[in-house]
Amino acid sequence: MQTEWMYIGLFLVVGALIPAAAIIVAAILSPRKPNPIKESTYECGIETVGENWVQFKAQYYIFALIFLVFDVETVFLFPWAVSLNQLGMFAVVEGIIFIGILMAGLVYAWRKGMLEWV
Amino acid sequence: MDSFFSNPVTDWLSGVFTGWGMNPDAAHVLTAFIAILLLITVVMVLDIFLVWTERKIVARFQDRIGPNRLGPFGLIQPFADIIKLIIKENIYPKGVDKIVYNLAPVIMMMSVLLLWAVFPLSPILFGVDLNVGVLYLIGVGSLGTLSIIMAGWSSNNKYALLGAFRQVAVMISYEIPMVVALLIPTILSGSMGINDIVWAQDVWYIVLVPLGFILFLISATAELGRAPFDLTEAESELIAGHHIEYSGMKFGLFYASELLHTFTFGGFIAAFFFGGWRGPGAETYPILGLFYFLIKATIGYWLFGWIKYTLPRIRIDKMMDLNWKFLVPFSFALLVFVALTNALLADFVGSWIYWVGMLLSNLLFGWVTMEILRRRARGEREKVEGVQPVAEGGH
Amino acid sequence: MECREKIMTAMQIIFGITAAVMVGSAIMVVTTKNLIHAALWLIVTLFGAAVLFATLNAGFIAVIQVVVYIGAIAILFIFAIMLTRREKGDTGPGLNRGWWLSAVIAVVVFGGLTWLLQGWDGLSKAAPALGPSFDSVGLLAETLVSPEAFVLPFEVASVLLLAALVGAVYIAFQRKGEE
Repeated sequence: MQTEWMYIGLFLVVGALIPAAAIIVAAILSPRKPNPIKESTYECGIETVGENWVQFKAQYYIFALIFLVFDVETVFLFPWAVSLNQLGMFAVVEGIIFIGILMAGLVYAWRKGMLEWV
Repeated sequence: MDSFFSNPVTDWLSGVFTGWGMNPDAAHVLTAFIAILLLITVVMVLDIFLVWTERKIVARFQDRIGPNRLGPFGLIQPFADIIKLIIKENIYPKGVDKIVYNLAPVIMMMSVLLLWAVFPLSPILFGVDLNVGVLYLIGVGSLGTLSIIMAGWSSNNKYALLGAFRQVAVMISYEIPMVVALLIPTILSGSMGINDIVWAQDVWYIVLVPLGFILFLISATAELGRAPFDLTEAESELIAGHHIEYSGMKFGLFYASELLHTFTFGGFIAAFFFGGWRGPGAETYPILGLFYFLIKATIGYWLFGWIKYTLPRIRIDKMMDLNWKFLVPFSFALLVFVALTNALLADFVGSWIYWVGMLLSNLLFGWVTMEILRRRARGEREKVEGVQPVAEGGH
Repeated sequence: MECREKIMTAMQIIFGITAAVMVGSAIMVVTTKNLIHAALWLIVTLFGAAVLFATLNAGFIAVIQVVVYIGAIAILFIFAIMLTRREKGDTGPGLNRGWWLSAVIAVVVFGGLTWLLQGWDGLSKAAPALGPSFDSVGLLAETLVSPEAFVLPFEVASVLLLAALVGAVYIAFQRKGEE
């Protein structure tokens, strides 16, 4: 197990090094002649107005919150799925109750209009 | 067990290093390092040819010829592109956060390359046989999500930020049906290891759970950010989304990682639903398994291309509706249904009754879903038509 | 036995590097003025925790750490920052009047923990070796779901998640109403 994760760690290092090397090589080989027009923010030729800091609407946050709940749920469902074949019907009923309770939450969010992207 | 890191070749190589007076453990690590370097190099070369494939495919879909000037069938074209990308001017647009800006493409490419650590190429050629392989896939995917946010935020551009955030909102939403779609092979094989899932597929899972395959295909398309879910590249609204301010090699990394990601997911579709490297004679001749696997992965890649160049983009609110109001309830219902039929047919596992039972129950489930959707659509249509009566016989 | 000791030393080196990176990035989280940078440093810290889990043979927990904390919670933080803050950086001073009090509490807690753990022999004892057929995921799955073990907590977890979801929707509903 630990050696497997060591390989993953090595993979991580090499996987980061190769793209980084590509960028570094490009940075060495490429010319660099900056001027203000070239470096201006790209907005299809229109001058940028104001800051780039956009105020986002609450919808992004709400979806992230709902997603978080379901993400944690799947953490429980993976061990359940692995042991399903050994435990048979008992585990299936268990899973149905588990998912059923959460679906009630989804229905609640739906009825409250939280799933609308407006 | 044989793997990419412990096979006769690596044993021989670490033996050579030990012979030079190196510590055996250090020799082992060095060998693994070389093996990974080799694998990633091969993957990157594959990626270069994917650029060519992609351009050829899109050209054919749009009734063009595509690159055909450099070399036979334009095969040298991608190398010319790379040289161009490398010697392009290194532009830092005004106000970018230099460290994050440079880190984003690296993390993006890394998140795709990391998937190859668990890629089951053939019975003896695979990276790491993690027992949590399926979850690893999702975890690495979340690193990709992170790099999109980093790219969008550090570019100091409203459109980049907006594109990145939309893309991330969509990616996290579609992660739920994707995870559930991955739970289905986990249930059927009783393991989270990708290699175990391949070994368990005496019958391809596409036959047992065709709906699971469709679910995975849709959610993977969204996860990859490809059309019809390519919000980030909604040219008419957001120009190029999170990589709008990138040029040269950094843009090249985003582009290459997208193509490689697609190919990798084609491979995972093959592994989860098309029996991976399995095929006649693959167990005895592993090289045949590699061949089968690459064929299947290429078909998966082409399938993503087919979808991309056929369907128009969907608006973001429709996409969110599709996910939260249809795919999420549908996926959980399907999960429960598959678990239930799998348990009911448990006595027949391995016989044709099980296979036919799973297939028929899946088709029944799909038919019921379609029927519910059809009724609902008819109801919606009648509601709309009731408000605005259409004059008959005239315009 | 010798090989095992070598692995232990390698593990100690990895632990040392990871711990140093985690502490350093945690300090950056609280000292950097730029909120997004703080969130990114926090991600480094969370990733370090995943690495530690992996070195402890807890692959499942390590992957869950990445999926939930980096894939969901960090994204949630970044969304929250973009939602609430209009200005890019924090311009105020990084410390408030009570800084010396918290420093004293931190030192006292750290000293107390060190003193407590001195008498504990778990730090010097080596963990029992796991057999090659040890299947952590299978064991975890069975203990979580089987009727003899934690089936009730498993179900209660879903009620907890439901409560979290309803709470989130309720708060968001009020926020939406204000707009």
